[in-house]
Amino acid sequence: MNGRDVSSFAWGALRGYPTRTLLMLLAMAIGVAAVVVLTSLGEGARRYVTDQFSSLGTNLLIVLPGRSETAGANPTTMMGETPRDLTLDDALALRRSYSVRRIAPLNVGSADIRWRGRQREVTVIGTNAQMLAIRHWKLSQGKFLPATDMDLATPVCVIGGLIRRELFGATRAVGEWLRIGDRRFRVIGVMRSEGRSIGVDVQETVMIPVASAQQLFNTPSLFRILVEAKSRESIPSVKQFIVDTLQERHQGERDVTVITQDAVLATFDRIFSALTYAVGGIAAISLMVAGILIMNVMLVAVSQRTAEIGLLKALGAAPRQIVTLIMAEALLLSALGAGSGLLLGEGASALIRYAFPVLPAHAPLWAALSAVLVALSTGLLFSLLPARRAARLDPVLALARR
Amino acid sequence: MIELQHIRRDFLVGDQTVHALDDINLCIDRAEYVSIMGPSGSGKSTLLNLVGLLDRATSGQYLLDGDDVTTLSDVQQAQTRNRRIGFVFQAFHLVPRLTAAENVELPLVLAAVPVDQRKARVAAALQTLNLTDRAHHKPDQLSGGQRQRIAIARATITEPAVLLADEPTGNLDHKSGGDVIDTLEALNRRGITLIVVTHDAELGARAHRRVLMRDGRVEADTPA
Repeated sequence: MNGRDVSSFAWGALRGYPTRTLLMLLAMAIGVAAVVVLTSLGEGARRYVTDQFSSLGTNLLIVLPGRSETAGANPTTMMGETPRDLTLDDALALRRSYSVRRIAPLNVGSADIRWRGRQREVTVIGTNAQMLAIRHWKLSQGKFLPATDMDLATPVCVIGGLIRRELFGATRAVGEWLRIGDRRFRVIGVMRSEGRSIGVDVQETVMIPVASAQQLFNTPSLFRILVEAKSRESIPSVKQFIVDTLQERHQGERDVTVITQDAVLATFDRIFSALTYAVGGIAAISLMVAGILIMNVMLVAVSQRTAEIGLLKALGAAPRQIVTLIMAEALLLSALGAGSGLLLGEGASALIRYAFPVLPAHAPLWAALSAVLVALSTGLLFSLLPARRAARLDPVLALARR
Repeated sequence: MIELQHIRRDFLVGDQTVHALDDINLCIDRAEYVSIMGPSGSGKSTLLNLVGLLDRATSGQYLLDGDDVTTLSDVQQAQTRNRRIGFVFQAFHLVPRLTAAENVELPLVLAAVPVDQRKARVAAALQTLNLTDRAHHKPDQLSGGQRQRIAIARATITEPAVLLADEPTGNLDHKSGGDVIDTLEALNRRGITLIVVTHDAELGARAHRRVLMRDGRVEADTPA
């Protein structure tokens, strides 16, 4: 018997019992589709979170004043005591490394803004021109803060889209003078609304040059310094450079904390990958259940077709040929089931992507491949028992029954 | 051609041993036409299964064309059944989802005969039995007589030397039973060894040699 004969015989047997075949296909397809859909959801969530983080900036190092012995972003480091403030001069000193591409000092406070009698309390961010590139922000109108010396307190500001709408309404905002606290600033640009951004909501902030912010809030210290390294590889050396430079400037005191974006990102990446593996594994259990169903169905098929198997033996089928025929039938069944499950799963993922465009739900290749592999191997494995039972069938008894 | 020497076949029923065949000695020559008759439980079907290698003797020797087939492995026995022995059953045993032609083709498929040869041989076999127009019918679209003749075509497609028929007319009316017997006898005239197991005295009497069995023994062996 060659391969074509075996497969056409198996195909004929499957078509001979359409209800049974369809039900089995359904079980197998649901198993495979479950793996595909669940892993694509997990993968989508992972990509969503990593995208969110990289939208905060790539190769980013964040310098915080104060230091605690425990590394990482926990409340103590965020709000630790500040022996020495970070200053503009500190920020300027960090520009000296070749591996540093951009630096943005950051000063945050809240203040009342007023324009023609309308008033609102907003978060005011003091920074410089490079912030735009570091954070991958976009403008919808006008320009960002001018690229002047950092210690120049120019009276200009860039406002968020929400503030423009609430304060100016239909009036053109760029060029207008705005009062922030007790100072007047000219609006030179409006931020474009960002689709996704964790952390500061750009929509509701007003950005002014860092020196102006220091005057406004009457403080010489900075809240953060954002440093963008030239490449991912140079991040550790830049981190060392920052710590060393600031230690030297702060009279030998190591009183700053440097957080790297990648460390946080890698953690989330690991968490979500683990989650994807976990849901994939759970879904794989449903595949095993489908495998056991195949075994049941094949056992029923063998006893249903006792006479046929006895006949095949009488016509000269060797035990091995009987095993091959039964297993080919199971394999074909699981292959068809896996195929339709793959289609079903990919279709469902596409539907999810269509319904929730922010979630890039693509099943990873390994998940789709292993789902199909598990389907095929359970089909084979669980048909072994029915196939061997068929091969051992006594032809005399098998043919006597009618 | 078929030589049975001191064949015994014991079955264990509960804790009792039943001698289905008790020291059978039988020689059947090439192209003989033999009927095996006897009451139910006389062992005639067991004998046929044994000759057809569907069953193994408890003791004794079975020579087919001079070869000792009692000691063959399962695979070799399967091969022997495929090439040298044909079966016709009372209940036809056609595979219901296959067409008549596909049913006839089955032994050739199992023997891995190439497709083009297969088709030609099946067509020729159906032609001989005047069943060409029924080739693409499923068994349930055929009459009983037609089904049994398809089964005969299947049994003889590998050109075996021996054709074993177990009550070939048992499920048929008189007319189609007659057709089936004519077909079998025509094959016998062309040189096939035909062994028919039957209850039907009239059918048994047509054979050239009549073997009568009782309680697992050959009671009478009358040559024509």
